[in-house]
Amino acid sequence: MAEKISILIVDDEDSVRDSLLNWFIEDGYEVEAAENAKKALQLLEHRVFNIILVDIKMPGMDGLELQRRIKALNSESIVIIMTAFASVETAVQALKDGAYDYVTKPFDPDDLSHLIRNAGAQISLSKENEALKKRVTTLEDIDDIIGQSEAIRRLLEQIESVAQSNSSVIITGESGTGKELVARAIHANSPRRYFPLVSVHCGALTESLLESELFGHEKGAFTGATFNRKGRFEMADGGTIFLDEIATVSPKMQIELLRVLETKSFHRVGGNKEITSDFRVICATNRDLKTMVHNGTFREDLYYRLNVVNITIPPLRERPDDIPLLVNHFIRKYCTSMSRDLIAIEPTAMKQLEKFEFPGNVRELENMIERAIVIGNGREIRLKDLPMGREAVDSPVESLEEIEKKHIEQILSKYEWNVSRSARALNVDRVTLYNKIRKYGLKQKK
Amino acid sequence: MLSCSQFDREFLRQVATAVGNEYRTGVMTEECHLDLNPFYNPTRRQYDGDRLLRHIPLCTASHYTKLVGLFRVDIYIPILTYIFGQAILGKSDAIASVFRLRNELYGMKQDEKLLLSRTVKEVIHELGHTFGLIHCQNHACVMRSSTYVEEIDLKSSSLCTGCREQIAHGKK
Ligand SMILES: [Zn+2]
Ligand SMILES: [Zn+2]
Repeated sequence: MAEKISILIVDDEDSVRDSLLNWFIEDGYEVEAAENAKKALQLLEHRVFNIILVDIKMPGMDGLELQRRIKALNSESIVIIMTAFASVETAVQALKDGAYDYVTKPFDPDDLSHLIRNAGAQISLSKENEALKKRVTTLEDIDDIIGQSEAIRRLLEQIESVAQSNSSVIITGESGTGKELVARAIHANSPRRYFPLVSVHCGALTESLLESELFGHEKGAFTGATFNRKGRFEMADGGTIFLDEIATVSPKMQIELLRVLETKSFHRVGGNKEITSDFRVICATNRDLKTMVHNGTFREDLYYRLNVVNITIPPLRERPDDIPLLVNHFIRKYCTSMSRDLIAIEPTAMKQLEKFEFPGNVRELENMIERAIVIGNGREIRLKDLPMGREAVDSPVESLEEIEKKHIEQILSKYEWNVSRSARALNVDRVTLYNKIRKYGLKQKK
Repeated sequence: MLSCSQFDREFLRQVATAVGNEYRTGVMTEECHLDLNPFYNPTRRQYDGDRLLRHIPLCTASHYTKLVGLFRVDIYIPILTYIFGQAILGKSDAIASVFRLRNELYGMKQDEKLLLSRTVKEVIHELGHTFGLIHCQNHACVMRSSTYVEEIDLKSSSLCTGCREQIAHGKK
């Protein structure tokens, strides 16, 4: 966050002031509290607060009167009125007098955090307009997108320009190329960054689960549903929803998705209240959606609605020059997280890595480095700490298929032949892994 | 770590191990037979988180650098309808409850692995506050604020490099 947002709490109850103070400090805001209107006005003589939370019922001057004084002093401040008992008349009066919102105590933590983030986004928006010409071009949250190749530079440029817009984006790329990282980077550099980025891995869920996941459900929608549950679209309000493996969505869900994207409104499962949510959609897939549209397995209308901007991430084998940078990045990352001193890498090991094709892309490289650090000697990564190194010792000219076979075998035995976990580690879907197991005739050794 | 409700031994052991790994320190687990009735608020049908937080240091005779009370009951503070846990920023004590972390509460399938991972994240998060950390903007960082149960699932159980460095500096 560029500049801290300042908050003033005005409430005569100690416990309310203390807990809100604590809450906002933990959330990184600059915050002060006053126990009555008089104290608040004294503070306001000396400084401005972006957001002021005012209790409506206080001894002495009440909240509505204080709000009028605040607005007279500085109309920019956002005033939120708090009350223990909701009454329609006072709410109407407060909003008429220019209150930003009117909330009933106690607050739902989720609502409170949304409320303040919404107000904060409004403030930063006006601040951003002020500073429009002082545009900063440094991108946020791109630490894991590494590379100096032309392809990566173009990718970063695309991220930067698309982040500013509100358009739907489809990210295409092979497994392990880092589609989710790109989605994060777009979100983190967009005006929606103060709101959540919510990811849904569509491929992992059955149709009915996906429905309840995306739209939520009402208490009592089915046995066991004792609490309402928010769906992902609702959670993404103000922010971005990332739908991974969009190509796996069933025809029925494709229709539902299309409707939500068009209306930005939906119902929870078992509910009849219409819920609206302001979200941006980013999708990812490793398949060719256009062909799927052609074959009739993916709706054309949905495809065009999603595919306003298309970002393609190149596979790692098309940018081998980036491999050394990535290797060093992952060494730094894992040595830090394992609290070890930075280690080096043998030149021959690096050379082998540069030559490797990486069917599992960056993810596979990352796993290799992590593993090499764990099993290595703690000083440097040697060729024999890498899967291709171990093969190179006994047969220097092994085919890629051989290497893949051995690698898959290793991962499978590491996860005791749990196919789901192995597939995740290899960053391929289960079907792909099953096919490879069949292709190579792999069997679990007892 | 104080177990202030009935917890499965293995569950506690796993939480303690994960927390210890993250902070690279030993974690002691102690059973505490605290009578929760005095902390119950019949109007709200929940337990008072502020008073529990103040009370837990009295539950143990040993002295620990950090203390987390782990509960099963629904905890509130006056201004909020519920909390997953809370801590005193930069001090030693924290509390956390698994009550709202359970899938069953939201009509979903019971999932012990998910519950464990949520509990671990919540305990590590509250401990982070005791080290003086405030909420982090990093999406993967355990110190990212989560007010909604599934937001916990969106983050990892580790501190990001930035937060880790802050703790290292604070310890000096
Ligand atoms: Zn927190
Ligand atoms: Zn962090």
